[in-house]
Amino acid sequence: MKVRLLLVLFGFGFSLAHAERKLEFNRDVRPILSDACFHCHGPDEKEQKSGLRLDLESHAFKPAKSGFPAIVKGDPGESELIARIFLPENDEEHMPPLDSGKSITKEQKEILRKWIAQGAEYQGHWAFITPDRPEVPVHPGAGHPVDAFLTTRLKTEGLNMKKEADKETLLRRASLDLTGLPPTLEEMDAFAKDVSTNAYEKALDRLLASPHFGERMALEWLDLARYADSNGFQSDGSRDMWLWREWLIGAYNRNLPFDQFTIEQLAGDMLPDATEDQIVATGFNRNHRLNGEGGRIVEEWFVETVIDRVETTGTTWLALTMTCARCHDHKYDPISQKEFFEFFAFFNSNDESGVLAANGKNGFNTMPFIKVASAEHKKKQAELEAKLKEAEQDAERAQKANLTAAFENWLVTQRKAHASKKYEPVWVSLSGESVKSKGGATFTKQPDGSWLPGGKNPVHDVYEIESTLAPGAFAGILLECLPDARIPNKSLGRYSNGNFVLTRVEAEIRPSKGKPVPVKLTRRVADYSQKGWDVSFVNNGNRKNGWAVSGPTRRKPIKAMFLADSPIKVSKDGKLVVRFFHETLNQHNMGRFRLSHTADKGASLEGKPGHSPEISSLLAKADEALKPAERAQLEKHFKTTAPNPAIQANSKVAQAKKALDTFRSSLPSTMVMKEKAQPKDAFVLNRGEYDQPTEKVDRALPAVLPPLPEGEPLNRLGLARWLVSGEHPLTARVWVNRTWERLFGYGIVKTSENFGSQAEWPVHPELLDWLAVEFAKPSVLPKVAGKPAKPWDMKGMIKFLMMSRAYRQSSSAPEELYRRDPDNRLLARGPRFRLTGELVRDQALAASGLLVPKIGGPSTRPYMPAGVWSETNRYGNLRNYKADAGEGLYRRSVYTIWKRTAAPPSMLLFDAPNRETCTPKRSRTNTPLQALALMNEVTYVEAARALGQRMMKEGGDSVESRLKTGFRLVTARTPDSETLEVLKTGFERRKKEFEKDEEGAKAFVMQGSSKPDPSLPATDLAAYSATASILLNLDRVITKD
Amino acid sequence: MDGSKLMQSPEFSMNRRAMLGRCGMGLGALGLTGLLHDEGLLGASNPLSSKAPHFPGKAKSVIWIFVNGGPSQVDTWDYKPALEKMDGKTMEGFDRFTGFFANAVGGLMKSPFEFTPRGKCGKPVSEIFPYLGEHVDKMAFIHSGHTESNNHSPALFMMNCGVPRMGFPCAGSWATYGLGSSSKDLPAFVVMSDPLGRGLPKGHAANWGAGFLPSVYQGTYFRPKGDAIDNLHRPKEHDPSRQRRQLDLMSNLNRMDLKRNPFEQELAARIESFELAYRMQSSAPEALNVSSEPEYLKNLYGLNQTKSKHFAAQCMMARRLVERGTRFVQIYSGGMANQRSWDGHSDIKGNHSGFAAETDQPVAGLLTDLDQRGLLDETLVIWAGEFGRLPVAQKGGKPGRDHNPHCFTAWLAGGGVKGGVSYGESDEVGHKAAVDKVHVNDFHATILHLLGFDHLRLTYRYGGRDFRLTDVAGKVIAPILT
Repeated sequence: MKVRLLLVLFGFGFSLAHAERKLEFNRDVRPILSDACFHCHGPDEKEQKSGLRLDLESHAFKPAKSGFPAIVKGDPGESELIARIFLPENDEEHMPPLDSGKSITKEQKEILRKWIAQGAEYQGHWAFITPDRPEVPVHPGAGHPVDAFLTTRLKTEGLNMKKEADKETLLRRASLDLTGLPPTLEEMDAFAKDVSTNAYEKALDRLLASPHFGERMALEWLDLARYADSNGFQSDGSRDMWLWREWLIGAYNRNLPFDQFTIEQLAGDMLPDATEDQIVATGFNRNHRLNGEGGRIVEEWFVETVIDRVETTGTTWLALTMTCARCHDHKYDPISQKEFFEFFAFFNSNDESGVLAANGKNGFNTMPFIKVASAEHKKKQAELEAKLKEAEQDAERAQKANLTAAFENWLVTQRKAHASKKYEPVWVSLSGESVKSKGGATFTKQPDGSWLPGGKNPVHDVYEIESTLAPGAFAGILLECLPDARIPNKSLGRYSNGNFVLTRVEAEIRPSKGKPVPVKLTRRVADYSQKGWDVSFVNNGNRKNGWAVSGPTRRKPIKAMFLADSPIKVSKDGKLVVRFFHETLNQHNMGRFRLSHTADKGASLEGKPGHSPEISSLLAKADEALKPAERAQLEKHFKTTAPNPAIQANSKVAQAKKALDTFRSSLPSTMVMKEKAQPKDAFVLNRGEYDQPTEKVDRALPAVLPPLPEGEPLNRLGLARWLVSGEHPLTARVWVNRTWERLFGYGIVKTSENFGSQAEWPVHPELLDWLAVEFAKPSVLPKVAGKPAKPWDMKGMIKFLMMSRAYRQSSSAPEELYRRDPDNRLLARGPRFRLTGELVRDQALAASGLLVPKIGGPSTRPYMPAGVWSETNRYGNLRNYKADAGEGLYRRSVYTIWKRTAAPPSMLLFDAPNRETCTPKRSRTNTPLQALALMNEVTYVEAARALGQRMMKEGGDSVESRLKTGFRLVTARTPDSETLEVLKTGFERRKKEFEKDEEGAKAFVMQGSSKPDPSLPATDLAAYSATASILLNLDRVITKD
Repeated sequence: MDGSKLMQSPEFSMNRRAMLGRCGMGLGALGLTGLLHDEGLLGASNPLSSKAPHFPGKAKSVIWIFVNGGPSQVDTWDYKPALEKMDGKTMEGFDRFTGFFANAVGGLMKSPFEFTPRGKCGKPVSEIFPYLGEHVDKMAFIHSGHTESNNHSPALFMMNCGVPRMGFPCAGSWATYGLGSSSKDLPAFVVMSDPLGRGLPKGHAANWGAGFLPSVYQGTYFRPKGDAIDNLHRPKEHDPSRQRRQLDLMSNLNRMDLKRNPFEQELAARIESFELAYRMQSSAPEALNVSSEPEYLKNLYGLNQTKSKHFAAQCMMARRLVERGTRFVQIYSGGMANQRSWDGHSDIKGNHSGFAAETDQPVAGLLTDLDQRGLLDETLVIWAGEFGRLPVAQKGGKPGRDHNPHCFTAWLAGGGVKGGVSYGESDEVGHKAAVDKVHVNDFHATILHLLGFDHLRLTYRYGGRDFRLTDVAGKVIAPILT
């Protein structure tokens, strides 16, 4: 009973205070109607009962089907609404009906009655009305507009703000809010010493200028943007979007005004002369999941992708639950299903399929994407481009130079080599050969002497090559496989992925007379074999395996040689027959190849293919013995095949080109928006189903919101500009409210995720409106680092809020205040609430000195439980999680790799969303699983050791000063004598324990991948580490207060 | 504001806390946590503290055997003699796009299994359940279940969360939100998945997610290998007595802060969360340690059988957890799709007899064990998957059955459910729910009712709307209630 009594006294304290003044529809009445009545008497035309709408003034006073008007202005007695709600609950006519699950409390009934008695004045929904700048109330001692508004309200409640928090508290609060990191000892000392009147403002300026500001600001935006490093769904393979994250951090750091921030993320690609940076920004709306499941229907997922974009944009900028209108007219807000799809039409013309690209499972991005070069990349690229240019110029010169002189030189040296037998051809090209296929493929000879198969690609083909052979000896063959654009995947084999598997090679010598002599090719050597498909599998007796060449990925020329144990004699008019067998995987037949032979059983792969017998014989002739035709033949050979200066220069060009191409393809990419030339048609989809299009719709904005500003195009760019025109009722309010929520714990509108008619009435409506107008059109925003505030100045607005007394006041408060205002909405005390998971971890790393404060770059892999990725997927490239070695373990949490189906467990524990979809708000729970992480997770155990070590090395020589240092590092405060005493007693006790157990002490400090300083005595270090562990886990450490 | 909503409102909690504070219970440093605990004072700030439902529910906890992949009703519990007569005949008017493989639709196919009447009620039961057949007099069968998707992920979301889309709170989360936990040192809602490396059910953790409810209500997923709970084990170099002393020192310091800020509810909650965590380190391994169970019980569950030992261990853990106050346990039989779960697209005979052999004795053992301990009356055991299967064959070397959203069978036992009854009927061949159709929302409404909730009033306001497990529908199946 007592419980109920207290509730009446305190729980409804706010509404009772209202009851005496004039009731306002938006503040007092609409929430009741919206909750209890709008479901059947609201905007959804299909659900409307009895022809009654209570959300619109135009309908509420008309007689309903019953014949009676629901509301009669000034006369509750004649109002059917009042009659119905006061009927007994079990009366058939009672409203709301018993089975609706809705009810109206006694207090609410009285409010409705009184409102009608006062004249039943309607208002439009507050959030859809563009705010005017309200007068700032005048209060002595409340010079800051925020304080002026808050104090007005506090006075009516009989409350006051607390005194300003002490400097230590204030610096920590501001540091965590602006950079997400605790202040350093030096920063604490400097701030403590600075007695100037603007010391606090200077500290804010310093923090706002820190590159860690962007990292801190990015956290909430990543939740909204559903940022992740994976595609989601069944395989959940990787993607690269970290360049967008880098853009985001940079945008905050350079204080990009929120209007530009908005336009670039929503439509940067459509800006005239869009920069690369502005295009990267559009990754915001490519952070959605991409389905790559086998049975997916592309059109279905295209629709889901676009709807995700609408939902994310609607939630992020408008705080509207637009997706409610996907299947039907919105139940509560004036957004019809048609309007939903008109809005959809702004987002459906991205040049995309809507599903994951076929190669996306292996970590590639899905079109459209761009490759981005960093400054370092650009330098390297310029170097490579210069090299290429140089090579091209050399080549041009070489082409122009007279080759005849070079030929003469060549002839001389070749003759010499020939005469001195220095020149010994190892591999001799086949001549006069023919190639046949057993399975029906056709072959054409290429200018370089290679053969290209075409036509039919049978299941298991056999290639047979027959060639004349000069008399002498035969020891084996050299097979050169060459990539070709006419082969699948531009690779080496004829299978659809460009691979082949060679299982056997046969060779025989056919003398002009007598039986063919088979040659056993036992030595098998290749310069590359695919893993598990070694060249030694050829001719090993097992036809189920063979030699494969990574056709799908490698695409490089490959050589293999097959040699006999001893050479076979070849007599005049002998012939060579070679057969290649492909007997295992279907259609894995060889692509373009070239053959040469050797008489040398010691031939190596490196042995250059030599001159043909014909050229050799010409070289053997003295100059005067050469006929003109023979000489011409030699010259032609020199110009086309010998390593002449022109050819050499050309090959240098090819090399330089290749180096540049390789470099370019290694550049990181990021997915972006790219508008199609022609907009895609959009339709109302019946029940939101992709396969039930009905009426065709054009792009349009919801009628309840302002129209597109004049002259703006009816596309994404226009939409983005509409959001930040300064006339939009939602954009500025939504941002200001979210910022307020981050700094103070709850938004001025508690439902920061929803500003629709179901939104909570703002607790300080005038203040919210004033701030929204001030954000878009600043009048008093402070300078940041000496620069005057611009419109939509994020740093300026944040600093402004943090300059208020409301922000700066102490957070401790008496019982009375906690009871009156548990969520601290009235701000009669300073903010105090738990840090997010990211900040808890970052703070531990920073305080312990482990943090690697590098900004930006690809995602990192800190410690996570074994098997964290493997349980969710059996496919995809993100499995078998392995933590980084070195700095990746100690980077800030904003860079932690995010796999949607297995998000970082220690972040989820602290209420991080999984980032499957846009999440506007996190809850703040306290659970034992969080405590387990803080006590036992290697991150925190290692940080404790590092902090203990830091206390010993940087904390002076006495126990007190070391403990004091540790305490300051984590709390930013100097411990009082009582606290220090408790810590000291605890420390001494631990030290004694470890002294008794030195082995235990040594083991205790061996945690994590960083190593303890061996010069420190293990027992001391263990005792300090144990104490540090307690410090890191203190409530006041994981709480901002 | 009615009583139930009141219970869940932060104002209520705060006032209750504040009131107790005012009544002179000094929050001195010594024995604080003990005091908080004994007086249930932490209820004020601990979202998992035990809460009363709308009315006294028969069931205090739930064990859901999630028959993952979609078990075939006509091969398990829904005996269809007509199928035997019509075996091989083309099914007139059948929409071949009902399942997934429109081009592999065969004729009607009789069950490859024998059905025999079992129990006093004489329920015909498939031969694949020799052990469970003994328990039909404890079970209430629902033969007319139907759902909204023929695709695993959406159907799994539907069955777990009441909506065929991702991102909504699941039944276990709603139950925990409504009832809190009655355990001081174990998770309130536990999920176990296939430990044989067959992966997770499609949709993964979204099946036990809390959606927009505070994340404290999400299922605690026990890793099937290694430590069941992350960070449960302290580094091996840290011995428990040392950690206890660490905690004491930390509490001392935290309490000094609490003295300065005695009405800060989060601070009190945090002190307690560390105590809970400390206890959990010993209580959770203890709760999961089935090796300490007597030999006759291990035999009862089938813990000594190669085929069933993994599931037997999970069923035994479920009983041990429920006994210790865990509110909701879900065990998934099978992992991903196709032959890794009950998703018998090919070889329905081999598939279903295989998964039945893994689970039959363990689930039967669980029912016997709960019963003999007197726990069955207050523990609701659910056997249900995400949809049923078609009466027509899916053609192939060994024929299987394709997905069927129009009809499935589920059963409930214990916790306020009548035994030996069957509710609803499917059509002659088990293709569609025909008589007394039960939508998934109705199924959920019934589960909530058994736990003491009016499903219309167990709501959570998010984005300005009051959401519930049963979306905008749901009707309690009264005839199966005791």
